[in-house]
Amino acid sequence: MKFGVVVFPGSNCDQDCFYVINNILNQPVKYVWHKDTKLDKFDCIVLPGGFSYGDYLRPGAIARFSPIMKRISEIVEKGKPAIGICNGFQVLLEAGLLPGAMLRNKNLHFICKYVYIKAENNQTPFTNLGKRSQILKIPIAHNEGSYYIDEKGLGELKRNKQIVFRYCSKEGKTDSEFNPNGAVDNIAGIINKKGNLLGMMPHPERSSELALGSNDGLLVFKSIVKWLGSR
Amino acid sequence: MVEAEIYITIKKTVSDPQGLTIKHALASLNFKEIEEVRVGKLITIKLNLKDKNEAQRKLDEMCKKLLANPIIEDYSFQIKEDTI
Repeated sequence: MKFGVVVFPGSNCDQDCFYVINNILNQPVKYVWHKDTKLDKFDCIVLPGGFSYGDYLRPGAIARFSPIMKRISEIVEKGKPAIGICNGFQVLLEAGLLPGAMLRNKNLHFICKYVYIKAENNQTPFTNLGKRSQILKIPIAHNEGSYYIDEKGLGELKRNKQIVFRYCSKEGKTDSEFNPNGAVDNIAGIINKKGNLLGMMPHPERSSELALGSNDGLLVFKSIVKWLGSR
Repeated sequence: MVEAEIYITIKKTVSDPQGLTIKHALASLNFKEIEEVRVGKLITIKLNLKDKNEAQRKLDEMCKKLLANPIIEDYSFQIKEDTI
């Protein structure tokens, strides 16, 4: 199985994702420039964090028109797994591959800190190694991470079990005081209806080694490896 | 050449923490009469076109495709009459 890490102009978590997949998981991985359109050799695509196109206009608004996005939309349609982390999530929202949009953090600060999230759905390619309601300690680093979706859309996400991660306390309480950025319903990560495309604001690649304060993020990458291996 | 101003605003139904912060700041400067502040974007565009209708059509397309995100934003635009 081979991972592809997409590089947009302005991506800055691409090397961290590459490192975790290559050095910690020992899985084959290659960078894919955003103008490349040959994705057939990959089994999973990672859209990393960063500031694609300087976050100009809106985060992800310009990267979504990169040539690679059309191909990603096609392979996701075919059922291959893909994950967008932070700016990668914002690109997926702008592309309309996931529902909703990102607003500026409620407190207007760029927030960079460890938070706790709860895996609300452990039946996905990205969380299958987690227990029910597993709590992960994982960092966020964003300015526009306040996930927004209207009431109708939220109802649909809930009905389809598309909410994968929610911000919570260390013990798993999902009160608003544990919501770092004002996201609707404490949403930190969602999946598409088909269940093979995840977008999440927290950074699993920054929490995959204990030396960094947590290796809970490995669960996401290891779940993908397990899921790919079982197919 | 046609010149246009495009205004992007956050939808009324979506909260605007920046506007709220500015409202508080203005209130602390004794502007007590303020009901609401909302922050948006202004984009100016010059088009190599002569026809107003065509310019309107193009601008609308640009807003829909890229300049505004319809989930959270509204847009409007104005073509400067003296540039037609």
